[in-house]
Amino acid sequence: MSEVKSKTKRSSATSYKISFRDRFNTALKLHKENSLQTLLDILRQPTNSLMTILVLAIALALPSAFYLFMTNAKAVSQSWDGGVKISVYLQDDATENQAQELLTQLSLRPEFEQVTFVSKEDALLEFKEYSGIGDAISYLDKNPLPFAITLTPTSSFADPKSLESLAQELTTLALVDKAKLDSDWIKKYNSILTISEQIATFVSLMLALGVLLIVGNTIRLAILNRRDEIQVIKLVGATDAFIRRPFLYTGLWYGLIAALLAALMVNIVFVLLKQSTSQLAQLYSSEFSLLGLAPSFTLSLLVIGSLLGLIGAWVSVRKHLKDINPQ
Amino acid sequence: MIEFHQVFKRYEGGHEALKGVSFALPRGEMAFLTGHSGAGKSTLLKLIALMERPTRGQIILDDINISNVKDRQIPYHRRKIGMIFQDHRLLYDRSVYDNVALPLIIAGVSDRDIPKRVRAALDKVGLLSKERQLPIQLSGGEQQRVGIARAVVNKPPLLLADEPTGNLDPELSEDIMNLFAQFNQVGVSVLIASHDLGLIARMKHPVIALKEGRTIRNELAEVDFA
Repeated sequence: MSEVKSKTKRSSATSYKISFRDRFNTALKLHKENSLQTLLDILRQPTNSLMTILVLAIALALPSAFYLFMTNAKAVSQSWDGGVKISVYLQDDATENQAQELLTQLSLRPEFEQVTFVSKEDALLEFKEYSGIGDAISYLDKNPLPFAITLTPTSSFADPKSLESLAQELTTLALVDKAKLDSDWIKKYNSILTISEQIATFVSLMLALGVLLIVGNTIRLAILNRRDEIQVIKLVGATDAFIRRPFLYTGLWYGLIAALLAALMVNIVFVLLKQSTSQLAQLYSSEFSLLGLAPSFTLSLLVIGSLLGLIGAWVSVRKHLKDINPQ
Repeated sequence: MIEFHQVFKRYEGGHEALKGVSFALPRGEMAFLTGHSGAGKSTLLKLIALMERPTRGQIILDDINISNVKDRQIPYHRRKIGMIFQDHRLLYDRSVYDNVALPLIIAGVSDRDIPKRVRAALDKVGLLSKERQLPIQLSGGEQQRVGIARAVVNKPPLLLADEPTGNLDPELSEDIMNLFAQFNQVGVSVLIASHDLGLIARMKHPVIALKEGRTIRNELAEVDFA
């Protein structure tokens, strides 16, 4: 039946109409052809596209490097959090017995992993050794330092919030003058990290906008280059989708290739840095080892790169194809 | 096939190219559009292909009022029309075969049918042996015939030609005109804009003559306003 139909159609003098199935198959085929053709065009003329792709790759590599840096900086601060100690200073008039009693009390509490008593004499010795004014102290007729207890919290109490509330609570105990966290500098470090993260996000957004603009401009030039061809194709009945498709694929390829290159760049920097950071970590007798780009991050980098390329091309095509009409 | 009802076209800047043109080209008819340059011939053809929109009046093509064709439907509208230009408008970086195949690819004709139909079209214009060449390697007359092959390859019901013989010598011009007559004989409606009055007279087809945007001679029936 359909065979007969198509025969009669073909034999007539005028048959500009096409069946839906043929149209669908052709659309699929065009996607395949356009994607392959545009990729080959980019790869075949590396001089034309190399500069653009390099600029795009750098614009994508910078945020990725930021991200990698932030991930590592956070990992470093996490490895420190476990080492935070609380120093409890007793009131001047506390006796050694009272101090020992408190020590026993505290050592029974589950929050603390390790509880160490620091006698006035130990404290003085330590002070003499590290303060650099040891000689001056020996002129004092009386040891001015109080008894102290150093507490190491268990890991479940090592987060900044619990530490803060523990210190608060310890201050309220009888005999206790002051409870001091030695994590103040970690807080500062973390707030610097937060600020850096915000700056990095802002810069990344600007760079993403840059990628959009670069792809958009590249596609604009490609469209203007093919102005005459586009006019002819419009005259013989090409839809906007038909004309648009190769440009969109070009944008997509630019974004994807640039993202691949960016991932490569960041990984090269990573390999170069890994050696020296592990040396540095050893000097601090830390087991910290530099984290690389996670596969999931690399994947999202590729997706984001492709999307930025596609969107940049889309915006450009929307804007410039409208202006080209057959005369 | 085509009906013009009191069509006006005023360009931005005030130039009035058409001032109330009415005519009807019956289905399967071939006619000539004549007049000096600037008389409105090209504008009239552009209005049919929706390269321009009329300022006033109605144009009916294939029983459809083309004022109702939205911008995004224009490509489908143009697929019903084979257009031929004085300057050929070929793609000079593609072979003759690829040029002729272009409307088929755009329309979504299946891969199996494209070679057959391209070769059939090239055969009709006598260029089958040159399908692998680039347009620039062909003479002006041959390039024009590539343009004709491209216009007829998806078998549109209407052919429009704007000065198709403008750059050709008389002998070649007559060949081209005869080619159009052959398509007309198999049922295609043809409208040719030309100022080659001698050639038009020999062809013995109806003539519409324009002067300063008005019809001064109309050998086709003028349509009534219903």
